[in-house]
Amino acid sequence: MAKKSQQPTGNDGANSDTNNTGNISEEQLGSRLDSLERQLKSRRKDVVDSERRQGDSAGFSAALRLSTDFVVAILVGAGVGWAIDRFVGTAPWAMIVFLLLGFGAGVLNVMRSAGLVAENRALRPGPTADTKERKIDN
Amino acid sequence: MANDPIHQFQITKLIPLEVGGVDLSFTNSALFMTLTVALSAGFLILSTNGRGLIPGRLQSISEMCFEFVANLLRDSAGSEGMKFFPMVFSLFLFILVSNLFGMFPYFFTVMTHIIVTAAFAVMVIGTVIVYGLMKNGFGFFKLFVPQGVPGALIPVIVFIEVLSFISRPISLSVRLFANMLAGHITLKVFAGFAVSMIATMGAAGYAVALLPIAFTVALTALEFLVAFLQAYVFAILTCMYLNDAIHPSH
Repeated sequence: MAKKSQQPTGNDGANSDTNNTGNISEEQLGSRLDSLERQLKSRRKDVVDSERRQGDSAGFSAALRLSTDFVVAILVGAGVGWAIDRFVGTAPWAMIVFLLLGFGAGVLNVMRSAGLVAENRALRPGPTADTKERKIDN
Repeated sequence: MANDPIHQFQITKLIPLEVGGVDLSFTNSALFMTLTVALSAGFLILSTNGRGLIPGRLQSISEMCFEFVANLLRDSAGSEGMKFFPMVFSLFLFILVSNLFGMFPYFFTVMTHIIVTAAFAVMVIGTVIVYGLMKNGFGFFKLFVPQGVPGALIPVIVFIEVLSFISRPISLSVRLFANMLAGHITLKVFAGFAVSMIATMGAAGYAVALLPIAFTVALTALEFLVAFLQAYVFAILTCMYLNDAIHPSH
């Protein structure tokens, strides 16, 4: 309660200051904004909490994604290899090779889900015109 | 057996129907799909019926749903992806509502059958492939050739990228199916522990049974979280895959 009654007077003082000088320097404004931000943050505990909760659910969904992405890619690799072996009759070589490739795909999936490989896509969200240009360059 | 944890997933025919040798019976799964569609569509239509400039409580809920999915799609696929908004929104809402339906005792959970989730995943990936080929032609296959890879590595990388692409619909469907199935089985097993403890241990069983009941309560809360998160993950992955179709170059 005491704090609440103090703050308006402080603000009033600041307002009268600006009225006297007429203009405020950027630095003053910045520091004032910072302190305001801090005060608001400490008051609005609920906002901070909800932000943290959002982070939690994003982390949770990433965790759910990582495990299946890795396992499924290996299974798909083995399955594709097995199918090739069956139809071409190269058992067991295709299965061995594709199982290993499946491990690679699994690691790629996981790194992509974790946002470690996604950066070259994020750099160019641009439309197809951009990619066409690149093609000509190549 | 009274507490058979698998029994809840059994499909029963409510209205047997056969057309030209194809079984088209109206099952309990179909009933809950119909209920899901009716509830989500009915809620959205009724709550936005007033078209208030200042939304009421119900209208706020439907607007929040709308904006949640719209932001998800716009963030990951850009404003070009917004033409897929009806698809992503319907998918998200259907999965969310049917998962929440499954949290009622004695209700059937549609997503515990892999054929349902696989159909959704195939639909998503089919849309990605068809739209990607329509929009980019053969440029779509650049998806499998990342830029800046040394020439000698390209054959290996292409195989890995193709495997990674094939694994997408599988992991999309298996993740949703397995999480819902496992969650419901776990709930049932823990609740069954309490029943059998009371049945076998008599009076002492009531005290011991508190433990599995406490677990069941905690798991129920977790299942609500999973029900939402699975719908969220499915929607966000759909958005990311659609982004690949719209901007295929890695």
